[in-house]
Amino acid sequence: MRSARQARSTRRHFVTPEGVDLGLDLAGAGDRAAAFLIDVVIILAILIGATILLGIMARAAGETAGSALMIIWLLGFFVLRNAWFTLFELSGRGATPGKRIVKLRVVARDGARLTGGAVFVRNAMREIEIFLPLTFLAMDARSSQVDALIVLLGVGWTFIFLFFPLLNRDRLRVGDMLAGTWVVRQVQRDLSEDLGRDTGERQRRVFPEATLELYGVYELQTLEDVLRRGSVDAVAVVADSIRTKAGLPDDGDDYGFLSDYYAALCARLERGAMLGRRREDKSTPVRS
Amino acid sequence: MSAPMSSAPVPVVNATRFRAAYEVEWYRLDEIVTRIEKKSVRVVDADDLLALPVLYRAALSSLSVARETSLDRELVAYLEQLCTRAYFQIYGAPGDSWRQIGAFFATGWPAAVASLWRETIVSVALMLLGALAAYMLVTNDPAWFYSIVPESLAQGRDPSASQEVLREVLYSGDGEGALATFATFLFTHNSQVALFAFALGFAFAVPTAFLMLYNGLMLGAFFAIYVPKGLGVALGGWLFIHGTTELFAIAIAGAAGFRIGLAVAFPGRMRRLDSAVAAGRTGGLAMAGVVVMLLAAGLLEGIGRQTVQSDALRYAIGGTILLGWLIYFYLPRPNRERTP
Repeated sequence: MRSARQARSTRRHFVTPEGVDLGLDLAGAGDRAAAFLIDVVIILAILIGATILLGIMARAAGETAGSALMIIWLLGFFVLRNAWFTLFELSGRGATPGKRIVKLRVVARDGARLTGGAVFVRNAMREIEIFLPLTFLAMDARSSQVDALIVLLGVGWTFIFLFFPLLNRDRLRVGDMLAGTWVVRQVQRDLSEDLGRDTGERQRRVFPEATLELYGVYELQTLEDVLRRGSVDAVAVVADSIRTKAGLPDDGDDYGFLSDYYAALCARLERGAMLGRRREDKSTPVRS
Repeated sequence: MSAPMSSAPVPVVNATRFRAAYEVEWYRLDEIVTRIEKKSVRVVDADDLLALPVLYRAALSSLSVARETSLDRELVAYLEQLCTRAYFQIYGAPGDSWRQIGAFFATGWPAAVASLWRETIVSVALMLLGALAAYMLVTNDPAWFYSIVPESLAQGRDPSASQEVLREVLYSGDGEGALATFATFLFTHNSQVALFAFALGFAFAVPTAFLMLYNGLMLGAFFAIYVPKGLGVALGGWLFIHGTTELFAIAIAGAAGFRIGLAVAFPGRMRRLDSAVAAGRTGGLAMAGVVVMLLAAGLLEGIGRQTVQSDALRYAIGGTILLGWLIYFYLPRPNRERTP
């Protein structure tokens, strides 16, 4: 069951020049759509705000300054539409504001530097992936038979390009395909508390060997998740089931019991692993 | 059986010892990378910048060790994300943007355009073909003009227009302010068209070919109404001053589109995806330059054309600029081999 989960996963090998596989998580289609929508909303907000501002200024300034303001508007629109994505992705972060909020990053598939050419291509292709179909849709479908046909073609076109990322394994947009880029998840996390650490405030429980032989690495890591999440109910349920299985009495301190059991089990499994006896989970025998 | 409290030595797990030994280095790397991500490399002082690669390699080896010996999943996950973030700051982020722009103009752009020379010839040939066809069609039957040129573009310049009206368009200098606005509009419009010509190349180059042909058709249709009224040379000058830049730029955009379409359709010995990526990157460089060319064309059209009224001077300016582009793109350079 776990191998099936891996096959569908979006994790990709990514070996650094030092020879370590970092393993990148590809961004999901939903995340990417969300990032794009955030960018579009920001762009529209800037556009509307600037238009109102320039309109007020033009009314105040009169004829000659008015055309200068018109130029600013035209160029501003052009830059917003075409350069927003390119400039942000070329900056050190490799992400537009939308992508930063959703925690995504554009990366060259070969692990090399993200080049200007690549960023330009992946965003120039957006022209036919989204903006061209939009202009089709903006046409009045009722005006004639031909236009209705064009709108229909536009809708079909949009669907092909919109769902292109879902049709390939690496979730590539047409622009990503041509530019040789990937969009990956970029998480930033802090190192959380060490569960095995000795707090020094209290003494640890000692468990008989037999009770530590019940579980393997998989159960240990599940236990780790339970302890880190710290939900009182879950801790109580897990502590109870371990006690029942190991035949230990209930001493009323579920969390303390679990963390002590975690540390003891972890130490034991580590010792085993170092001697070449790694135990994957409770149902498999010790591998040596 | 019970689980008594005991004073026996507490088992210290590997992850704990490991953390205690290296935590400080990881936190320093984390802090430096976070600062770069938040602002830029410039906010990091020399000490930290020198330490960055060292700390990164230390974190990488910590990750390798942790994967082998530690069962603490949280620790491995933390080191993974830390190394990935550091990796992209060291290897993946684009370099200094000014140097990148310099390299683009010095080598990247001209090399990309030069490597597209075959496709550029095809683009130009298609435009000429379209122009010739439209010229002959409209000369034979002026009604063709209306089906080739949309009304919004013709603006009264059609077969029924008198010589005076046509001449008026060629030499009129509109109000100063409107000129610049017009130039800006043309620039943004043409850039969008060029981007389409490029992006549509992906559909096996067919739509790009149509766009090039259509561009030529419109040119030919205009010539067909000006030439019979003795204004052929004048129209040539009117077009030449900015057209050498603008049409050249559109031809390059078409060429970049062809390159991509052909790479996708006929990848040759490469894998289809690799072939598409190679074509895409060359095309992308050329296209970034096309936008620059169209900006120049817009300025020439909006300002140069209206202020320069003499045909000879218009031809001279347009010709000189064309020669300049040709030298810039195609003149062999000693260091061309080093650019990809």
